Amino acid sequence: MNKSIISIQDLRKVYHVGKVDIEALRGVDLEVPAGQFLSIVGPSGSGKSTLFHIIGGLTPPTSGTVRVADQDLAALTDSGRTNLRKKSVGFVFQKFNLLPNLTAADNIAVAKHISGTANGNDQEFEKVLELLGISRRLNHKPSSLSGGEQQRVAIARAIVNRPAILLADEPTGNLDTENSQAVLTLLRDLNNRLGQTILMITHNPEAATFGDRTVHMRDGRVSV
Amino acid sequence: MISKLVIENVKHRPMRSMLSILLIGVPVTLILTLVGLSQGIIEESAKRSRGVGADIIVRAPGTSMLSFSGAPLPEELVPMLAKWPHVKLATGTMNHGAGGLLEIVTGIDVDAFNKMSGGFTFLEGHTFERPDDIVIDQYYARQRKVHAGDTTELLNRPWHVAGVVAPGKLSRIFLPIKILQDLTANRNRISQVYLKVDDPKNIPLVVSSLKSKLGDEYPIMPMEQLISLTSVDNVPGLRPFINVIVGIAVIIAFAVVCLSMYMAVLQRTREIGILKSLGASKWFILQIILAEALFLGFGGTALGILLSFATRALLAVFVPASLPQAIVPEWWPIAGLIAVGAALLGGLYPGLTAARQDPIEALAYE
Repeated sequence: MNKSIISIQDLRKVYHVGKVDIEALRGVDLEVPAGQFLSIVGPSGSGKSTLFHIIGGLTPPTSGTVRVADQDLAALTDSGRTNLRKKSVGFVFQKFNLLPNLTAADNIAVAKHISGTANGNDQEFEKVLELLGISRRLNHKPSSLSGGEQQRVAIARAIVNRPAILLADEPTGNLDTENSQAVLTLLRDLNNRLGQTILMITHNPEAATFGDRTVHMRDGRVSV
Repeated sequence: MISKLVIENVKHRPMRSMLSILLIGVPVTLILTLVGLSQGIIEESAKRSRGVGADIIVRAPGTSMLSFSGAPLPEELVPMLAKWPHVKLATGTMNHGAGGLLEIVTGIDVDAFNKMSGGFTFLEGHTFERPDDIVIDQYYARQRKVHAGDTTELLNRPWHVAGVVAPGKLSRIFLPIKILQDLTANRNRISQVYLKVDDPKNIPLVVSSLKSKLGDEYPIMPMEQLISLTSVDNVPGLRPFINVIVGIAVIIAFAVVCLSMYMAVLQRTREIGILKSLGASKWFILQIILAEALFLGFGGTALGILLSFATRALLAVFVPASLPQAIVPEWWPIAGLIAVGAALLGGLYPGLTAARQDPIEALAYE
């Protein structure tokens, strides 16, 4: 068994909306070994996205212990979380979230630039682009790419800096069946070939089966 | 990469970018036109003073060297000064405001003035012949849209344009001094006396001997000194006026960029969220916004400079005599600094707002 790359104990997150406190996570415990492809399923409002946002360093936990890639997230400052996003995690979103003004190649280059690894040819990554099937579409802007192509560019952008963890939030939510299958197969492939740790949120039980393991979330808690 | 992001952003919303550049360009043009006008008018006036060909000017006590009207000196002074040691030529002239924008009619003793200045170069027509003859320079003729032989209205009466002369000699509108004196009830009175000395080396000697004889209260000075006095700082109120306009320009440029960049930040909320999810720091986001503001500032400066050539061309068509506008390249960096500084300042608040944005809220922004 690999060492845990994500280790969470009794994680709680409370959002303050006006004068109302909303408890999005109510004591989550989760261990994810390095190299695992984990599917997280659950209904809307169950806390899946909040869990992702905390693991990805987009928001701090309210209480509990969260260790991601050997970093204690509760102790991280805002700039510490920025560094985590820069080096240790990559995001793939349901709506692709590519920068609309830039070509596919530049979208990937921005991520490299921000992480400070912009220089040099990366032959290994060229192979990944081949694997993703977007090598010939790199000079196009998102508006002239299909949904499936956009999501593949987004995956390339998310893994270009070799993050410890890839977080995919409903990556097939905006895709038709054919493109969904292609993207899920790709994620499976990346996990098999590169040993990439992947956490994937999905509503779709069939999509969840692409992972090594599935956990369920309900009312801010994880049930295995 | 930042420059690529900025350029693509600017290209992505061309209308907003063009409008911002135009609105920053306008105050730059305002500054450059105003400075160009001040300088143009002053340079032109200095050139015309030189064109008289005199070495020394004598004015009446209590009059400013830069005043344009009035005839307080007695005409008998001219023959008296003509006999002064080392004085070769003396001629009296009279100025009278014609009512229009910086329009001054100058009465001259034609023979003496021609001797001193070397005479007019006639581009059209000839010198005074009829009692209602007037001679004007090329710029004034263009402004009034008249040629030799035409009739033009001045001092509430019609005049026959006898000749159009090359510009650069004392004034733009000339009458025989006797006619102007009679017309303005200033018989035998003049505004100033111009003197030419036998040798330039004797100018200080003549000035000091005149001062000791006529009294220190007479403004008597070498022409070169008068010309050096003709500057922005010696025209009452001009410097504060320029400062006020520059201040307004700074405020306009600041407000335009602030508004424009604030709008840009709102439009790009989601993109800022994306960059933050990729690990972009606050400083990185601030840099993008400030770099775009900088780009708009430089664009506005360049456009403002181009537009100042356009205002010069327009003024040269409509009021070539009254408002000659100079192009003053020394002011380009100053106007540029003002525009770029205001743009950076205007980009700062939107930039900080963008940098502080919560990435989750930004990513959820539709």
